[in-house]
Amino acid sequence: MKNEITRLLSGAIVEEDSHVSFNQLCHCCSLSEEQIISMIEHGIIEPLEPLLTTSYWQFSGDCIIRIQTAVRLQHDLEINLAGTALALELLDEIRNLRQQVKSLQRD
Amino acid sequence: MEYKDYYKVMGIGKEATQAEIKRAFRKLARKYHPDVSKEKDAEDKFKEVGEAYEVLKDPKKRAVYDQLGANWKSGQAGFEPPPDWDAGFEFHGGTQTGDQANAADFSDFFASLFGQQTGGFQGSHQARHTRGEDSHTKVFIDLEDAYHGASRNLTLRTSVLGADGRPEIKSRTLNIKIPKGIKEGQNIRLQGQGSPGTAEGKAGDLYLKIEFNPHPNYKVKGLDVSLELPITPWEAMLGAKVQIPTPAGKVDLTIPAASSSGKRMRLKGRGIPAKIAGDFYITLEIILPDKLNEREKSLYQALQQESGSFNPRVKLGV
Repeated sequence: MKNEITRLLSGAIVEEDSHVSFNQLCHCCSLSEEQIISMIEHGIIEPLEPLLTTSYWQFSGDCIIRIQTAVRLQHDLEINLAGTALALELLDEIRNLRQQVKSLQRD
Repeated sequence: MEYKDYYKVMGIGKEATQAEIKRAFRKLARKYHPDVSKEKDAEDKFKEVGEAYEVLKDPKKRAVYDQLGANWKSGQAGFEPPPDWDAGFEFHGGTQTGDQANAADFSDFFASLFGQQTGGFQGSHQARHTRGEDSHTKVFIDLEDAYHGASRNLTLRTSVLGADGRPEIKSRTLNIKIPKGIKEGQNIRLQGQGSPGTAEGKAGDLYLKIEFNPHPNYKVKGLDVSLELPITPWEAMLGAKVQIPTPAGKVDLTIPAASSSGKRMRLKGRGIPAKIAGDFYITLEIILPDKLNEREKSLYQALQQESGSFNPRVKLGV
């Protein structure tokens, strides 16, 4: 087994990046423009200002994570986009509820 | 090498039909999908199920596996496939290139049988171009690390194609900077640290999802941190200045007179640091001494006499 140690690496916090362009989003997620647009149509993600034309679209960084999760769910569980959108929304709700339960719990 | 009972993993019998295998797989995949499941070992289970399905869904691979299984006795410690196990079988495997790294997620047992031929099941879409796959992993940090920033060594195992064409496991250790002010659940992207691309293609990115280790004193919600602070009955009644811990160090807190149990106080900006830092919340909890000596008891009785008219149950109508 080979082992390499690298120097200190620092990366950006994806969610804090508020200026992801449409092109960058396609590139980061390895998806075509059409695929990203159909995710927008299903409400999985939303541009910050949806009324602008696509080349001016900006996205918040968490869209990258959301799309990646959507792609994994779609691929691994063989579900269509509508089902993926539903699953993501339910997962969001579960996360919020779990968070609430956690903060209400007294140990 | 350990023999893997793929039928057991899938919870089905050896006589299961292909349709039953598919059904079992779908059910388990939903149950253990790492994006869905909260179970701690979900990711390992999901990989195990994926590996089992990769073999059982393909009648040819299943036949090879079944033939081996017949030669394996329970209780046998190690497992080596018989030398001629692959005689007479021809595989039409998945891609030989970009997807190959995914076979790294499968066990040595799998690799010894099908390692060279298979494409991956794990890990998202097929890239249409030659950019390497993005990798994802979780990193656990302490709350204090989010306050001060930190660095972490992270050892990753990936598979690369060795000189002999078989995948070999390569481990590499990355030294990663955890930025100050990171929130639980956020992701750090390290560009070019994912799987290597093929030919002239760029490497994918590595995403590190940050999780906080549970803390004995504090609870965290976004950038806000909260503490349950035990106080004495007299501190609650008379007010006091007490020292409290925060992840950034000890601070003095003034408890106002007549603070009831459950009272919530806020130290603005003492949560996780950020452009707009989170807040630090304190919930007071009055703790009583276990035992009273005679003098303490008589003092409480005197207090009872003196404050006899106070009724905390007025609202309850009694």
